[in-house]
Amino acid sequence: MKRAPTHSYPGINLGERHASAHKASEVVTFGFWVFLMSDLVYFGLMFAIYITMIDAQAGGPGPHELFDLKSIFAQTMILLTSSLTVGLAMLALKYNLPRSKIILWFGVTLFLGLSFLVLEIRDFMAMVEKGGIPQRSGFLSVFYGLVPLHGLHVAAGCVWLIVLGIQLRVMGMTDLVISRVVRLALFWHFLDLIWIGIITIVYFGGLTYG
Amino acid sequence: MDKRSEMHRREQRRYVIGYGGSLLLTLVMFGVAQVFGIETTGVYLTIGLLGLAQLIFQLVYFLHIDRRRSSREDLDLILFSTLVLLIIILGTVWILGNLAVRMHMHAM
Repeated sequence: MKRAPTHSYPGINLGERHASAHKASEVVTFGFWVFLMSDLVYFGLMFAIYITMIDAQAGGPGPHELFDLKSIFAQTMILLTSSLTVGLAMLALKYNLPRSKIILWFGVTLFLGLSFLVLEIRDFMAMVEKGGIPQRSGFLSVFYGLVPLHGLHVAAGCVWLIVLGIQLRVMGMTDLVISRVVRLALFWHFLDLIWIGIITIVYFGGLTYG
Repeated sequence: MDKRSEMHRREQRRYVIGYGGSLLLTLVMFGVAQVFGIETTGVYLTIGLLGLAQLIFQLVYFLHIDRRRSSREDLDLILFSTLVLLIIILGTVWILGNLAVRMHMHAM
């Protein structure tokens, strides 16, 4: 039994402790990567349109009036930390820690995800108050097409967390549930990658060239 | 059992390193923006490079993408998607930028 840990599918691997779950989720996980990459292309398109629309402000409020870097900084920290906690939930599962520990990390991640959404929605509301509504200019249309799309992904991730938390309680740590947790962790890490793109291109890019 | 908990610790450390590195890169990014102001292309280039560095850092430490032979398949997938993305983004910016100049709009 001195086999080296297998590493046969992309990204996070369950390893030999969960050999059967590992095998079952190999194909599905690769399929999930394909989904993530097509999602990435969608986000990429929105980034491209945003870059071409930075100047299309039509005399409406621009990045300097609308963006609140302090809030963006807080959101970045929250999302980054949640990316760590979802990873720790994955590890707790992989090394058969008690279920309460997994639920705990799930809870922390959910809390952080919801805090992120609250801050983001508060930002949007402040923007609307300053006249930054989607129909005001091409720039704002693209902004509201891109950033809330990421927020929607986070919201979907939060629902997913709740559903998986319930499944962990009801169904226990079956292979199916384990492989779902792996995909949730991938999804959540992916959201943080997109967010880095958003702060770099949408916020800092907007403030530099808008 | 001992070997397993050691592996656990090692993997946990990997996540913490990933988190620490990302934290540092984020702090430097916002620090640069705070100190130098976000006005010039030079500052923006620095911020952009820091963002790119963080992307790669998280791909390695959080998503476990590396150049090990066994995970090449997804590396191929990611590299191909990146290629498609670059064509889309650079193509869009190039063509529409050129159009803006020819239509005598202000420079992009």
